[in-house]
Amino acid sequence: MHELSIAQSIVDIVGQYVAPEQAGEVCTVNVRIGALAGVVPDSLTFCFTAITAGTPLAHATLAVDFIPYRVSCAACRTTSRAEPGLALCPHCGSAETAVLSGTELQVVDIELNSVTPEQR
Amino acid sequence: MSVITIERKILEKNDEVARQNRELFANHDLFVLNLVSSPGAGKTTLLERTIEMLRDTLKIAVIEGDVQTDLDARRVAKYNIPAVQILTRGGCHLEANLVREAVTNLDLRGVELLIIENVGNLVCPSNYDLGEEMKVVVASTTEGEDKPLKYPAMFRNASVLIINKIDLLPYINCSLTALRDNALKINPSLTVFETSCTSGAGVRAWCDWLVENARRKPAS
Repeated sequence: MHELSIAQSIVDIVGQYVAPEQAGEVCTVNVRIGALAGVVPDSLTFCFTAITAGTPLAHATLAVDFIPYRVSCAACRTTSRAEPGLALCPHCGSAETAVLSGTELQVVDIELNSVTPEQR
Repeated sequence: MSVITIERKILEKNDEVARQNRELFANHDLFVLNLVSSPGAGKTTLLERTIEMLRDTLKIAVIEGDVQTDLDARRVAKYNIPAVQILTRGGCHLEANLVREAVTNLDLRGVELLIIENVGNLVCPSNYDLGEEMKVVVASTTEGEDKPLKYPAMFRNASVLIINKIDLLPYINCSLTALRDNALKINPSLTVFETSCTSGAGVRAWCDWLVENARRKPAS
């Protein structure tokens, strides 16, 4: 259940970009979560909703871009989607692989409405 | 509609404190390990056997992370080594700032090896850098040979795997070879030790590795 502290870290980062009086304009927070980051997107959005309730960010939606685990293989020179975590190339079985994606845990950007929900 | 680009790591605050911890550990010439496993794999018992074997060889300090109680810190404090307990009070993992606080309560003079025993959990601690030199993951035979495949992130981020409770192999349905192979499929560069903290088998090899690495000072 570390999704709660991850959600809090996201809120803290967003807070560095928008003043509290502007936070009501945030409609979407886009994050990138890799398949190997050990974070469950549904739990994360649940926690985000829970900790932003009653705050200026209450109207913001957390949008998760889930990034698959991909490896590139130096032996057969292919890139492919692999079973999460497996270091072996799905094509040739070599262990000479490098992780291309899947460990992401990033805040990408935030989208703001110029009109606050109260003004609608 | 306007967009503010952020592009920042969610755990950057933790990573920054971990970096400071790493700097502090380097200043003390400390070899620091982050010991992780699922609950009951034998982390604390392994620590006890390690301290017993190395107490006259290596100066060891321990940080114990648990959700509740100081039972583990009391278990290792029996050996008269610097030990401090971190209570996460519900938290499923240690974070770098908790370790930084704990370190201020430790007498690090002369200490060569600091072992941070994380909360028993194979998921959450893999995300949180504490400032350690490497993660050591303990997997016990009773958990089954498929543990590495089920929790790949932890085995991928670890440098050392200790397969514990090998004395129980005759009584359970677990193949040591399959367990080791599964772990190496996730992380081919793992250094693997096979131990029984009950019989003491394999503990010497692990302790020799510890001494060798703790004494290998950076060439600065």
